[in-house]
Amino acid sequence: MRAKFIEEKTVKALMYLSTAIVALAVVSILWTILSKGWGAMSWDMISKLPGGGFYIGKEGGFLNAIVGSLYIVGTSAVLGLLVSIPVVFYLNVYLRKSSRLGYAARLACDVLFGIPSIVYGAFGFALMIYFGMRASLGGGIVVVTLLIIPIFIRSMDEAARDFPREILDTAYSLGATRLQTIRVVLRQIAPGIATATLLSIGRAIGDAAGVMFTAGYTDSIPTSLSQPAATLPLAVFFQMTSPIKEVQNRAYAAAMVLTLIILVLSIGGRLIMNRFSKNKLS
Amino acid sequence: MKSLCIFKDRAAGGVMFFLTIASILVVGAMAVGLVVKSMPLLESRPLSELLFSSEWKPLRGEFGFFPFLAGTLWVTGIAIVLALPVSLLTAIYLVEYARRRVKSYVFPMLDILAGLPSVIYGVWGVLLIVPLAGYTLLTGGIVLGVMILPLLVSLLVEIFSAVPSSLRDASASLGATQWQSIKKVVLRKTSPGILAAVVLAISRALGETIAVLMVCGNLPEVPHSMMEAGYPLPALIANNYGEMLSLPLYEAALMFAALILFVVILLFNVTSRVILYRVEKKFAL
Repeated sequence: MRAKFIEEKTVKALMYLSTAIVALAVVSILWTILSKGWGAMSWDMISKLPGGGFYIGKEGGFLNAIVGSLYIVGTSAVLGLLVSIPVVFYLNVYLRKSSRLGYAARLACDVLFGIPSIVYGAFGFALMIYFGMRASLGGGIVVVTLLIIPIFIRSMDEAARDFPREILDTAYSLGATRLQTIRVVLRQIAPGIATATLLSIGRAIGDAAGVMFTAGYTDSIPTSLSQPAATLPLAVFFQMTSPIKEVQNRAYAAAMVLTLIILVLSIGGRLIMNRFSKNKLS
Repeated sequence: MKSLCIFKDRAAGGVMFFLTIASILVVGAMAVGLVVKSMPLLESRPLSELLFSSEWKPLRGEFGFFPFLAGTLWVTGIAIVLALPVSLLTAIYLVEYARRRVKSYVFPMLDILAGLPSVIYGVWGVLLIVPLAGYTLLTGGIVLGVMILPLLVSLLVEIFSAVPSSLRDASASLGATQWQSIKKVVLRKTSPGILAAVVLAISRALGETIAVLMVCGNLPEVPHSMMEAGYPLPALIANNYGEMLSLPLYEAALMFAALILFVVILLFNVTSRVILYRVEKKFAL
């Protein structure tokens, strides 16, 4: 056999191996988290607040962290949408394709997407000290919103770029202003908005470094924006470092809840995308 | 009526213009905020001492960042060395060889890997890798390597898919095997894009916090091998931010750590994104 065919075979074998490694990594992570978490899971964990002596292994659950995460993620997702939809619309309808501003804005979002959440956290915390705020639900919401806006903008922008410009021309020829085409555009990129939202929620709910100093941590459910709020990733992180077995178990259970949420979001995103590509025009 | 519509159109345009500008300005605001906050430290000590001294004793006012820089470089280096070959081969396989069916399994897996939060990787690392390799830089590198896999693979897949198939056909018609075509045509054509993808993956690895914090051992000394504990920069910030207010200059020191990360990652991101835009444009024509 000639050398080039041997090379072909070898490289192909290595490719199978690499793909198998990727698959193995996914399976191993999911298996580790789910099997550990399943053993530690109970109804109390997700339905109760931490009770007395929680951190030395007594009763209670991490409902505080679940609710805290939902508050932060829900509010940030809504705020993120409110900011990013106009930006995406502006980039794609008001600006020309070759616009310098559009280029700069897309670059800025891509760069912001790359800035680690710990830097957002540190920056946000510095701002909060400057304004005399303490670690609070409100602070966490602001930082997480800033964190997910670039993801929102870039992933919706991808969807908006693909959509056929002729539709806009049709609307203009009927006398619509650029602003009035927003309904048409929104309907066209609705699946893109949905996937972007799921992506952003996934990033927001898993983020620990950004909320560590800005949202703080507490054993109760916050009742106002100025109270600190617990979050799921931090519940995992803090309880994981405890030497007591029962407390560690809670970390595993919280990790499983977090992983399941991510799995649902990720599978949901895929489903929407597949559905969309089947019905797509052109 | 008509003029009202046009007025609304203009007004909305103004608001949206403002929001767009604001999202660009966030980058600048961050830079300014971090510089201002780390000024007290920068004014009192020369930059070279901060970056290259390995004495980290905040209580005595000694702030040498070298142990943390070395820790960050180690884990990032290990991560990229481990992840690059795997993701390169996987991406080539997915674009050039894999059937639709295989892709329909592998892409969702990459999605999940990309979506899993840092803390989950940390738990996985503690439960599975730490028993094998201990709380060391190597463990940190392995965990980080797996974390950047999905980013690298998806960037590379995008880059390779952009190469027009006519180039591959031309190479095949000259008698090249598929791998020869990939090696001599696809990889060569996309080498700037591959470089950009690697730089992006490096900057992602530089900033990862929680997972690294959980598995690296967090010892503020200069590591000499990958089997020692280390203390990467993001872990330093995360571990100490809460309790820093009592010490003079400590807050500035942590802000300076964030500033280092910010500047390096900003530079890396801007260059690699600009290269990636060019690659995209080149093949789109």
